Amino acid sequence: MSKSRLNWYKYAAPVNFYPLAGKMIPVFAVLSVIAMVVGLYLGFFVAPAQDAQQHEYYRIIFVHVPAAWMGMFLYVLLAIYAGVGWAFNARLGSMMATAIAPTGAIFTFISLVTGSLWGRPAWGVYWVWDARMTSTLILMFLYIGFISLQSSIEDPRRADRAGAVLALVGVVNVPIIYFSVQWWNTLHQGATITATSFKMASSMRPALLIMVAGFWIYSIAVVLARVRCIILERESEAPWLAEPVASA
Amino acid sequence: MGGYGVYVWGSYAVTFVLIAIEVAMVIKRKRAVRTGNGRESKPETRNPHLETGASH
Repeated sequence: MSKSRLNWYKYAAPVNFYPLAGKMIPVFAVLSVIAMVVGLYLGFFVAPAQDAQQHEYYRIIFVHVPAAWMGMFLYVLLAIYAGVGWAFNARLGSMMATAIAPTGAIFTFISLVTGSLWGRPAWGVYWVWDARMTSTLILMFLYIGFISLQSSIEDPRRADRAGAVLALVGVVNVPIIYFSVQWWNTLHQGATITATSFKMASSMRPALLIMVAGFWIYSIAVVLARVRCIILERESEAPWLAEPVASA
Repeated sequence: MGGYGVYVWGSYAVTFVLIAIEVAMVIKRKRAVRTGNGRESKPETRNPHLETGASH
């Protein structure tokens, strides 16, 4: 077996992962603050004052789109980690899924609130039961369901398995959200950015992409910080926690 | 903001207030677990003798 393969598995063990995560958190935290400050500066001072179709409220895009993407991406990531944790009996995978859920729920909530604050001036209504908005609301309920299901089961490994079933069944909702604007006639506009096109004024692009990067890096930092708490909570009897590594 | 300030600033306020709350909650949870008041470190579950006895 090659050396790199061994190293890859090394960090699947909480004992090795815990100090590594501790070293990574400050780096990601600082980078996310830098990205968000730069992104906001570009969004408010460099991006043009008025879009061709929308008024000043288009600037909501710089938080709305990154938050909506994170809500979807994090759910897929949660389902993958939960599935790996279940199928391979890898407890760190399940802990990662548990750590991702609150962040995903918060980003989904942010996307719903900022979306309705954008909808009011753009469409005249805060909310419509449009395919994209309804499927995003379902995503929010899936996160809440995952969190409440896990917290209602005392035994952590049983909670992990129950959560994994819910997460994997619910993942079908993510492509529904993503393609909803193509499959149905929605009030919500189509995708701004796809693999082949970027339908946005070039002066607005850096702000959006840097905000997306900032939200991603923030998510990594906060999920790692939360998973370290979960490791300590669950493995409080483990002998390695008595060693100096736990204070790293 | 061309008369749309309430929507724009409202969106940014909601976003960054929620992020700040999330960060504060993680910091609080970290402190709780470090001082032994974490969610799953109740005395009955921490007793290693009970754990090993049940596994046989």
